[in-house]
Amino acid sequence: MGAMARKALAGLVPVVAVALVATGCGSTNNVAGGPSGGASSTAGADFGAQVCGSGYHAPHFPAPFGELPGGARTLSGAGSTFVAPLMSYWTKTYSQATGVQVAYQSIGSGGGVAQIQARTVDFGDSDTGMTPAEQAKAKGPVLQLPLLLGAVVPTYHLSGVKSGLKFTGDVLGKIYAGKIKAWNDPALTALNPGKKLPNEPIAVVHRSDGSGTTNIWTDFLSEQSPTWVHALGGPSRSTGKTVAWPVGIGGKGNEGVSGQVNQTEGALGFLELHYVLAQNSTYGQVRNTAGRFVQPCVATVTKAANGATYPAVLHRAVIDGTDPNAYPITGTSYALLYRSQTDPAKAAALVNFFAWVLSKGQDLNANLNYAPLGQDLRKPAVDLLKRVTVNGKPAVT
Amino acid sequence: MNPLPGSPTPWRRVRARRGGTDTVFRYAVRSAAAMVIVVLVATAVFLVQQAWPALHQYGILSYLGSDRWAPSEATATGRHPNPYGIAQFVYGTAVTSLIAMVLAVPVAVAVSLYLTEIAPGWLRRPLSGLVDLLAAIPSVVYGFWGIFALIPAVRPAGVWLSRTLGTAPVIGPLFAGPFFGVSYLVAGLVLAIMILPIITAICREVFATVPTADKESALALGATRWEMVRMAVLPRSRSGITGAAVLGLGRAVGETIAVTMVIGNNVLSITTSILGPGSTMSSVIANEFTESTEPFHLQSLMVVGAWLLVIALVVNTVGKLIVRRTGEDIA
Repeated sequence: MGAMARKALAGLVPVVAVALVATGCGSTNNVAGGPSGGASSTAGADFGAQVCGSGYHAPHFPAPFGELPGGARTLSGAGSTFVAPLMSYWTKTYSQATGVQVAYQSIGSGGGVAQIQARTVDFGDSDTGMTPAEQAKAKGPVLQLPLLLGAVVPTYHLSGVKSGLKFTGDVLGKIYAGKIKAWNDPALTALNPGKKLPNEPIAVVHRSDGSGTTNIWTDFLSEQSPTWVHALGGPSRSTGKTVAWPVGIGGKGNEGVSGQVNQTEGALGFLELHYVLAQNSTYGQVRNTAGRFVQPCVATVTKAANGATYPAVLHRAVIDGTDPNAYPITGTSYALLYRSQTDPAKAAALVNFFAWVLSKGQDLNANLNYAPLGQDLRKPAVDLLKRVTVNGKPAVT
Repeated sequence: MNPLPGSPTPWRRVRARRGGTDTVFRYAVRSAAAMVIVVLVATAVFLVQQAWPALHQYGILSYLGSDRWAPSEATATGRHPNPYGIAQFVYGTAVTSLIAMVLAVPVAVAVSLYLTEIAPGWLRRPLSGLVDLLAAIPSVVYGFWGIFALIPAVRPAGVWLSRTLGTAPVIGPLFAGPFFGVSYLVAGLVLAIMILPIITAICREVFATVPTADKESALALGATRWEMVRMAVLPRSRSGITGAAVLGLGRAVGETIAVTMVIGNNVLSITTSILGPGSTMSSVIANEFTESTEPFHLQSLMVVGAWLLVIALVVNTVGKLIVRRTGEDIA
């Protein structure tokens, strides 16, 4: 039953995909991809020659190894809210297929790290790699497995302006630093010729709570905008789950930011991609390091991991791939589990669950507008999983 | 409590005869009463205990001496400057509560006067019930209502204020734009509606204690309804109204979720303009405690909580004392 339901869901994805005709804008790229949400919200938007919305294919990763016997029937996890919607989709589908119940508490990345340090859960989840100091407080070596890719997207509310405004990291940094104050600032009009941007103040919206989403966003601003780094007082202060926002309105959670942006004429905020598409908000495209303006969608987000190297990714919130068609504000989330397990049943259940997440589970990501891990991050994640030991012996043989 | 003269059984013996159940009852109610005190004291001790590492690191006074809250600038060893200034939260709590009081107290007094002196008898009970029902609306619903109904409704007024008063001399900075909706002003408006029921309820009781003889005397002397209210009702109720207002203030000071949703959550400095985004002591705790991962971050939120407890206790105690002085222990 469970397997059939999964197939039916996966089958829906290509059906709603829509092919758009390229109109040949010089600097914008052509990327095939985008699942359900991408297609519907592209209608009426102004992304030029982008074709997010056609040709996305689920990765269909094979199972990395055979299922381990004797697994426990329950697992507990806690951590990131960023991964929570997809985690609950994974755990529900997994329990339907296997009967194993995985209880995940969405308490935030900080809580996920604290709980795995205290070993009160079987696995934690954090949007950033654990620092050496955090690892030192853990009861043994912690494996950090990337699980998915997600994008953070500039979203705005300007009457008469559709999705597709072009932004660069430097312009976004100047807006968030309070240096660009109005929508008709020359820096914005130069990026968006032909768009009627009003002489209205920009209502900058940011998160009021600490968040992995903030971490990805500010990491990108810090990389691209010297103005942003300077305004925050240096690189150590310009990136993080919380920063000292120089201007703007704070909203609690993605829903708080989304509410403020949707309610405020002239607002600009940042949200996770799945939130933007679910709310049907207007959103922009962002210039990547290759100089292309890229629309965020599952296909362009997956490309962000092409050329990324593990464990280098652990030190940055933004995934730094090399693909010229990658959406640039993309991050991942890491499952945290102890390499040395003591309970054979728990160990088998943990390894089985994450082996499933890294294979069949990845096909589900696009249904919620997360992207599957690219092969470059999926392979190291599988290799890490094979390093789990039970009382000194490898769990996977 | 002496037994009546000639009574065959002194009351002490009556109590003794009922022995068992009476003792159980006495201990049950006594421990219930003690629990209230224990919970209050334990909360205060807990807050100070949790806040202690941060207080020790930065010093008690450095918290109130700064209006810059920047957890990302905290380090495990740095002591100066304190990155966790809380003056802007105290300011935000004071300003939003003040706006709420200025708007709610006159309306509450008017409503209670209408209910006790003017309204026809058949209307008094249902109308009182409706006002009390305002208190039954959950805080988070007020927050939603603030975002989706109140802010769009006041936006033209806010923009107008920022364009006229905002450029005036002296008071200009208080109304400086741009006005995006979320602000001290809107938070104060939401609070005003939330504290209306408690102020109205107490004022109603206070006005009801004015002796009928006083009111009838005024009317007999030829006073109109309004003159009767002015000469007989209001002077006797002055301290009662003050107490009601202070108890309303106590509610406004601690209100969290509705305020968090509409105040804009700027924690970096005091926003002078009431049309700008700010934050309150309770809103910063609600926003940040789930991911308070920086050094001394959670402990500093406990400092905010401890100060909030102190302010709320003082305000509520003062309110109760004033109400009690009217001779009626209503609150």
